[in-house]
Amino acid sequence: MTRALLIFMGAFAAILMSFTALALVPSLQLAAIEPTEGTRNYTFEERMGKQIYMRDGCMYCHTQQVRPDGFGSDMDRGWGPRGSLPGDYVYDDTHQLGTMRTGPDLHDIATRQPSRDWQLAHLYQPRSVSPGSVMPAYPYLFEVKNEDEVLASEVTVPIGGEYAPPEGQVVVATEEALWLYEYLMTLELREQEE
Amino acid sequence: MPESQASETEVLEANWRRKVDRSTKWPVVAFIASGTFWLLVGSVFAIIASLKFNMPDWLVQQGWLTFGRVRPAHLNTVIYGWISMTGVGVATWLWARLLKTELRGRWLLMGSVVLWNIGMTIGTIGILAGYSRSIEWVEMPLAAFAFIVPAMAMVTAAFLITLRHRRVHHLFISVWYTGAAMIWGPFLVIAFLLPIYSGVPESMANWWFAHNILGLWITPIGIAAAYYLIPKVLGRPVYSYHLSYLGFWTLALFYNWAGVHHLVGGPVPQWSETVSIVFSMMMIIPVVVVAVNHHLTVVGHFKKLIYSPTLRFVVFGAMSYTAVSLQGSFQSLRFWQEVTHFTHYVVGHAHLGVYAFATMILFGAVYYIMPRIMDWEWESPRLISIHFWTVGLGIGMYVTALTIGGTIQGFQLLDADVAFLQIVEDLKPWLWARSVGGTLMVIGHFVFAYLLYRIIRRSGVAQTGPTYFRPAPEGMFGSRAADVKASLEERPGL
Repeated sequence: MTRALLIFMGAFAAILMSFTALALVPSLQLAAIEPTEGTRNYTFEERMGKQIYMRDGCMYCHTQQVRPDGFGSDMDRGWGPRGSLPGDYVYDDTHQLGTMRTGPDLHDIATRQPSRDWQLAHLYQPRSVSPGSVMPAYPYLFEVKNEDEVLASEVTVPIGGEYAPPEGQVVVATEEALWLYEYLMTLELREQEE
Repeated sequence: MPESQASETEVLEANWRRKVDRSTKWPVVAFIASGTFWLLVGSVFAIIASLKFNMPDWLVQQGWLTFGRVRPAHLNTVIYGWISMTGVGVATWLWARLLKTELRGRWLLMGSVVLWNIGMTIGTIGILAGYSRSIEWVEMPLAAFAFIVPAMAMVTAAFLITLRHRRVHHLFISVWYTGAAMIWGPFLVIAFLLPIYSGVPESMANWWFAHNILGLWITPIGIAAAYYLIPKVLGRPVYSYHLSYLGFWTLALFYNWAGVHHLVGGPVPQWSETVSIVFSMMMIIPVVVVAVNHHLTVVGHFKKLIYSPTLRFVVFGAMSYTAVSLQGSFQSLRFWQEVTHFTHYVVGHAHLGVYAFATMILFGAVYYIMPRIMDWEWESPRLISIHFWTVGLGIGMYVTALTIGGTIQGFQLLDADVAFLQIVEDLKPWLWARSVGGTLMVIGHFVFAYLLYRIIRRSGVAQTGPTYFRPAPEGMFGSRAADVKASLEERPGL
């Protein structure tokens, strides 16, 4: 048994070391991380919106990490005023840093594109505002209704061109679409004072 | 020593080996068949996800087939279903054979298959229904892992019980790799499911975990199978036993530090990036060691690839292992990451690893194992050949398209003068090529599943000899009864 024991205990010890250094210690150090300026906890609506973001896997095409100056061209592209910092994520129970940029980074989307009409139209049909985009449409976050059935409290989404709803009908955002918009508007980076 | 005595020992050895093989039958069949089922499910998700890039308005009316759910459904079914379950099936057979003892804990293993499949079903439906956890590589809801973690632990328990009843003094290197995987795998999943992570530290733990599932769960099972099957089919010993020790310990010590290279340039501590890059480069040692050892075992015998399906798949996988690992080491470097990170190049790299290496070796291993436990031959060498060429060409096309397309995407992303929608536009032809390659692979999977179904049912005409792509010359592989002579595990210490 001794030989087998040696091999397998050795294998276990090896992984225990990196687990401690790369997973445990950083988590323990988290308490020391201060939120960056402008970073605050989510409201109920924003939190629900993040759930939609996670449920429908936005992360598989959009990162939430702006690369620092001198590494990549994120800032030249106007994706943020600075690189992302650990303090930007202190209220994220589940991180959504992402690994893929089929679409652009979203960590500062609230600064770049705050328009609710644009964001909702883009979710309803991305190609109505971004021709050539390969982002999926999310019609299930919206309802197409007769104009006269729309309540005053509901948010209508202006869609023009070939994706416009039939005459006499309008696109109305569901609660989920509005939550998602609220969440996207929390994604904002501010310059930090030294 | 009189010759008759020697052959009597050989017959006894062969009989015992047959008895050992058959003791693994039902758990191994159950794991391999379940894994193959999840391969088909995962393949369908894969092709849907890929086509959605080409036709973004296809299947969007309901949430359950949106890209962001189908993609994690694909990943989880192929990793935890196909690779893990089939991998456990292959490892189980190897374990009994190399320890030369009948498999113990068979009921533990059968129970594990049941729990595992329940977990996979909950997990897959859960993701589609909108309960994805949106943490890469562990998207399945916790309810799924509540079944899968005990299932993994039961496998480890059965392996330990069998180990205690081993009838060998010397542990062949495949036992090292397999046994270590059975410790690393469950530990990784449990460690990452602990509810202690959030924010940036969670992202570090995430990539520590995801990278290690590849390197310390999938990879060791693949290497273990290759270390056994290549010498076994060729009837030659492993080139160097000492090198294989070196390869094992360097993998064990280096690999688990490399994962944070997925976050280079991100908001993580500099030291963690540097550590990961250094260890990623150090991985060149175990990779080259394994590559040299496998290559020098095969060298001079490449023409046998014409005949043996097992050898052809496994050698394809072993060569891909070298390629993907060296690529992985270099792409961890900052200047390389700056271009390729966040692009489809990485998706190509991932499939070179999980598919061209691990999946191809598993195919080869299944082709070797099934006839021995079912006492029945594969029905059609022609279909095996179609399987090989569809998946071989398919993955070749897939990786080539994404590597080139992803590199172009990466350089364009670095140039702020190229509009983002222009980058999207330029990527489209490469994403089409990916869909075509993927379709070929899916066709191959259905052929493989059909062959597996037929051999489990023992359908077709009974054959006497092993299945080769074409009749092998006399004496090239030796008959199944005579494979005792050249077999590796008869020569411990080699």
